[in-house]
Amino acid sequence: MIAREQTPMRQQDPAVRVGNFDEVPLGYSEDEAIAEAERCLQCPEAPCIAGCPVRIDIPRFIARVKERDIAAAVATIREANALPAVCGRVCPQETQCQGVCTLGKRFEPVAIGRLERFCADWEEQHEAVSPSVAPDSGHCVAVIGAGPAGLTAAGELRRRGHAVTVFELLHAAGGVLVYGIPEFRLPKAIVKREVDALRALGVEIKVNQVIGRTHTIRELLDGQFDAAFIGTGAGLPRFLGVPGEHLGGVYSANEFLTRTNLMRAYRFPETDTPIRVGERVVTVGGGNVAMDAARTALRLGARESTIVYRRSEAELPARAEEVEHAKEEGVQFRLLTQPIRFSGENGTIHEMECLRMELGEPDGSGRRRPIPLEGSEFTLRAETAIIAVGNGPHPLILRSTDGLDVDRRGNIVADAETGATNLPGVYAGGDIVTGAATVIEAMGAGKRAAEAIDRLLQA
Amino acid sequence: MYRILSKETVGPAIREYIVEAPEVARAARPGQFLVIRLHEDGERIPLTIVDTDDATGGITVVVQEVGKTTLEMGDRFGVGDGILDVVGPLGEASEIERFGTVICVGGGVGIAPLFPIARALREAGNRVIGIIGARSQEHLFYEEPMRNACDELHVMTDDGSAGDRGFVSDKLREILESGLSVDRVWAIGPAIMMKVCAETTRPFGVKTIVSINSVMIDGTGMCGGCRVEVAGAAKFACVDGPEFDAHEVNFDLLMSRQALYCEDEACSLERYKMRNPVGEERDQ
Ligand SMILES: Cc1cc2nc3c(=O)[nH]c(=O)nc-3n(C[C@H](O)[C@H](O)[C@H](O)COP(=O)(O)OP(=O)(O)OC[C@H]3O[C@@H](n4cnc5c(N)ncnc54)[C@H](O)[C@@H]3O)c2cc1C
Ligand SMILES: Cc1cc2nc3c(=O)[nH]c(=O)nc-3n(C[C@H](O)[C@H](O)[C@H](O)COP(=O)(O)OP(=O)(O)OC[C@H]3O[C@@H](n4cnc5c(N)ncnc54)[C@H](O)[C@@H]3O)c2cc1C
Ligand code: SF4
Ligand code: SF4
Ligand code: FES
Repeated sequence: MIAREQTPMRQQDPAVRVGNFDEVPLGYSEDEAIAEAERCLQCPEAPCIAGCPVRIDIPRFIARVKERDIAAAVATIREANALPAVCGRVCPQETQCQGVCTLGKRFEPVAIGRLERFCADWEEQHEAVSPSVAPDSGHCVAVIGAGPAGLTAAGELRRRGHAVTVFELLHAAGGVLVYGIPEFRLPKAIVKREVDALRALGVEIKVNQVIGRTHTIRELLDGQFDAAFIGTGAGLPRFLGVPGEHLGGVYSANEFLTRTNLMRAYRFPETDTPIRVGERVVTVGGGNVAMDAARTALRLGARESTIVYRRSEAELPARAEEVEHAKEEGVQFRLLTQPIRFSGENGTIHEMECLRMELGEPDGSGRRRPIPLEGSEFTLRAETAIIAVGNGPHPLILRSTDGLDVDRRGNIVADAETGATNLPGVYAGGDIVTGAATVIEAMGAGKRAAEAIDRLLQA
Repeated sequence: MYRILSKETVGPAIREYIVEAPEVARAARPGQFLVIRLHEDGERIPLTIVDTDDATGGITVVVQEVGKTTLEMGDRFGVGDGILDVVGPLGEASEIERFGTVICVGGGVGIAPLFPIARALREAGNRVIGIIGARSQEHLFYEEPMRNACDELHVMTDDGSAGDRGFVSDKLREILESGLSVDRVWAIGPAIMMKVCAETTRPFGVKTIVSINSVMIDGTGMCGGCRVEVAGAAKFACVDGPEFDAHEVNFDLLMSRQALYCEDEACSLERYKMRNPVGEERDQ
């Protein structure tokens, strides 16, 4: 008899966790993992594999878990995925591997992400098997940006024997994994461990290096590097363009999360970076970023934290688990609502004026388009507002690299299979090419580009 | 780690540091800035690059001690010590061209960032008139470097203890009213000083450049915390600036955004001073 439901994962009690930044889900025990692994049907055609952007051999690793050979399970995952502890936690599994799981047609799909996390965490407790590195090829590759795309490309290139230097503008490597996604969802120690593992492979990671300012891509290619991979992400915050948006207390989600995560403002004044959180916080947007901001606000002491989103619950782009966790923690949802103005006193925000919306015909994105309802204005009181309506391409590379092709939105134009740009020896991948997407897609792009760069260098 | 090569007190609570950061030194141009972080728990703060030396890889910054981070730097960071993070050069460089006659106005610690711009303007063939000001003679610094960088230098103090009595904007108005044909003005200093200079030059239709010092974190366009309103549109001071056309900047918004963290900053400073009586002694 197959259990209809997934083996639940223990998690911190919502009432407790809103008072701390510790991780929310606590992971599976070995017995729980095995119970979950036993639900897998081991389908011969395994649709789950195609649902995973890096094509982990999912039935094979789950079979190893079932046999209690966790080391072999880890090895299987690692063949395809360099950051399993990260992906097991943050992949939107419901639209990827688990979304197409055969079991999911009748029951709940196999909890693939949780099993992946279990294996990765097991590995942390045990001796890690470091991948082998090919003999030195004599080639040097520059990787720009230490997010998931850049780190994956760096690891793959290093394993193939190339010398790799990663240039990162912030003082820490990890990209969104360190400055955006909060500690309670992805402990920074995990990211650090993965980055340290890359260093141990011989990848050089140079922080505080702004490509486009400290060096240009041209200089790198004219100097010691034979090729470059650009993985600079979608770091430019968008605003709504409504009146009052520059009042104090109105943050971009990037600023709010960067202050909290990268700069650890939640420990102010032990750390030096402050953050302002009022009694009432509104977050505009419905994606992972919005959920992270709204949940962070509660942990920083907000009494009320409200998500304001212009479509309905069905269209919320965030991972299902994040929406669920946000609700458990008491985040309120004002759906079908669009802000039109912020107003305040003495330069800081006091309230946000909104319009109610209704859903019309599907638009270009396939989702039903929100239409404002005449005369439906109302105001929400708030001392803090967080704008989480998406990010554009990070601007510095684009401004400093002559001749690099970009599309209408400012993303780099790169071949979907190889990541090749129009400039010889210059490759790109991740959010800087696709626009804001997912960790695993960025990793997939980094990996494909590394393979293409390797072919170029071997030729 | 970025080693401090030299440290000197140039005014009351104003110190000049030379920090070893050869990659930054090599790429830096006038008008650009750095972001530094002193230690693991430190804040990222922007500081303008005042000078560079390719031979030593040194970059000069002049820091006014106004709060926790700048005070801590003064108290605890000496020659040979390392600063954890130094990033740069950031921001767009100043537009240096042969304009003709240029007036460079510097107030308070703004005199330091003005110096490399004045020097570059003169090297580009401009006639450079400098106006620098401080509260009193005691607070005035960088007079010599500025005198060397300019064709003509005017000194203003609030109390008349050095140069003429009055504000830098008074001298600026006086020169403009004298009928001298001025092609461009640079004004760097506290927001209120830049605002007054902008209003002074506006009726004369002289293009005026200011350097916007909004609160920053990353300094690379990723947070939007440094946004300013320029000609009605939001600009990020760290990547679109820091220099903008003074006649288009919304200074009132800038000033209110600069004051956003006042309470937290005061708390952080008090806490620091309580734990570090050295700072207190120096305050006497
Ligand atoms: C708050 C938040 C929550 C998210 N939650 C999820 C989630 O739950 N699941 C999921 O799959 N995805 C999530 N995402 C999306 C995911 O994080 C991104 O798609 C992914 O990180 C993209 O990876 P990347 O390597 O392309 O870019 P990034 O992670 O953005 O990394 C780019 C790196 O390049 C650096 N850089 C930029 N310009 C330069 C330059 N000129 N020189 C040097 N370095 C430079 C940046 O500092 C950064 O470190 C989330 C995103 C955010 C912001
Ligand atoms: C582009 C730019 C160039 C600058 N160049 C110089 C310089 O060459 N020399 C110099 O002495 N100062 C310079 N400043 C100002 C300097 O960054 C602040 O004085 C410093 O951050 C204060 O930090 P604190 O902890 O000592 O004081 P705090 O008590 O934290 O702050 C005092 C005041 O400084 C400003 N400030 C605080 N934090 C920041 C921040 N992260 N970014 C910007 N401003 C902040 C605020 O207006 C605040 O009210 C520059 C600022 C900018 C934006
Ligand atoms: S990496 Fe992501 S998509 Fe692939 S199996 Fe793991 S959780 Fe699923
Ligand atoms: S589709 Fe689901 S049940 Fe089938 S092999 Fe993959 S995980 Fe197992
Ligand atoms: S300092 Fe973050 S965008 Fe300018």
